[in-house]
Amino acid sequence: MATDRRGGSAGASPPARELLSAADVTRTIARIAHQIIEKTAGSADLVLIGIPTRGAVLARRLGAAIAEFEGAGPAVGAVDPTLYRDDLRRRPARALEDTAVPEGGLDDKLVVLVDDVLFSGRTVRAALDALGDHGRPRAVQLAVLVDRGHRELPIRADYVGKNVPTARSEQILVLLTETDGRDGVLLGRGPTGGAGTPAQQGGTAQ
Amino acid sequence: MKHLLSVTDLDAAAATGLLDTSDRLRQALLGREVRKLPTLRGRTVITMFYEDSTRTRVSFEIAGKWMSADTVNVAAKGSSVAKGESLRDTSLTLSAIGADCVVVRHPASGAAHRLASWADRDRAGTGTHTCIVNAGDGTHEHPTQALLDAATLRDRLGSIAGRRIGIVGDVLHSRVARSGVFLLSTLGAEVVLVAPPMLLPVGVEQWPCRVSSELDAELSTLDAVMMLRVQAERMHGSFFPSSREYASRYGLSEARAALLPEHAVVLHPGPMVRGMEIASSVADSPSSAILAQVRNGVHVRMAVLYHLLAGAPE
Repeated sequence: MATDRRGGSAGASPPARELLSAADVTRTIARIAHQIIEKTAGSADLVLIGIPTRGAVLARRLGAAIAEFEGAGPAVGAVDPTLYRDDLRRRPARALEDTAVPEGGLDDKLVVLVDDVLFSGRTVRAALDALGDHGRPRAVQLAVLVDRGHRELPIRADYVGKNVPTARSEQILVLLTETDGRDGVLLGRGPTGGAGTPAQQGGTAQ
Repeated sequence: MKHLLSVTDLDAAAATGLLDTSDRLRQALLGREVRKLPTLRGRTVITMFYEDSTRTRVSFEIAGKWMSADTVNVAAKGSSVAKGESLRDTSLTLSAIGADCVVVRHPASGAAHRLASWADRDRAGTGTHTCIVNAGDGTHEHPTQALLDAATLRDRLGSIAGRRIGIVGDVLHSRVARSGVFLLSTLGAEVVLVAPPMLLPVGVEQWPCRVSSELDAELSTLDAVMMLRVQAERMHGSFFPSSREYASRYGLSEARAALLPEHAVVLHPGPMVRGMEIASSVADSPSSAILAQVRNGVHVRMAVLYHLLAGAPE
């Protein structure tokens, strides 16, 4: 999923521009962690749920940052929204990702859903449906590292690392050490003339 | 994946992909009150069983239902098959009714292949698109059983590659054995078939496994042992002198089970004939994974339906 959203390998794309450096990513995560603490007022019932793959990594980092600032960290888990997507029939069956709901479940918890890139909003819609099947949270908020616009559903993020106006043809590549060997956010112009690329862009960067 | 007819259609990556999907589906449903996923909403799965079955039929039906497919069971007894309808006409009827997937069990080896070739021809002609899943054809194959055995072994042993797995008993009549040998060896296991020579099929020397007739000599080196049911209903001659003699040479008694390494897993595809191929106390012991096999059966079949029906048609 997240690899899909990056839309192909970086090698096949024209040179990408760096939007956030490794240090920027660290600072941004720290800032979002502070904002979550401020807005949730240190709720004991806070649960961070990442959307695999990179959202789950970000949720773990946010959890660690909150633990560092507050002394105690929130429960952290992951929910794979693939089984709830509205575009499954548009391409071959996708591999599923890990789902791990923290012990204690989601009932009456304040859930912050975490993803790397917010684009059409369809992944978040699917993730909300998946959350609903795992329990009934008291409230759900959304944290993303990058909001690139082009929403197709009435969804907005409560915490945004960086707003990046993009063209639909462009690609946002989020790199995280755990999955990609280094931290950073890149803006690529997208592969030019690759067969099926526009469909992949539209279908994936959700 | 267009159909699932034989484990030989799966390479290691495809088989591992199915097992991974199965694990993730189990995670997705773990601890939930409502075991329902919307993934296959609007898809119709028909199970067509020309032979008796409990766990395979029920677990395919549950697998479909847990992913919101509409599932319909047709038993040969009580359907138009009893009135003499041919397999071809039944298949045309099911696809005209709108089946997206037909899960078939048939006493004739190759029945699922035949259905699949018709489905492909009909697809070119009329545009209907029906996936066929082989749920056991004669003495040929039972791919989802092999997959759930592999899933269970991977759970219990942590890995399959490099493990030594014994498959013991009536290999001749067993589609479970054939699918198991080919899938487990694809996944890198070393498979040993242990059977009386009368109960080995012709051509077994070309299978990717070793053959032995001495169970006691093999047990101490096995990571897992799969006991096969003696299929009396397929035996039209005398294959061994007596049940008692069979049990004494090839049954997994308590004394024999004690020869297994401590970590070894005992499997049985069911239905068991307790006291014949497996002692009751062994079947109910902690090393037995027989009920885990049944549980994994649902998730593996969900994975198969997911890979066949969830994505865009190939």
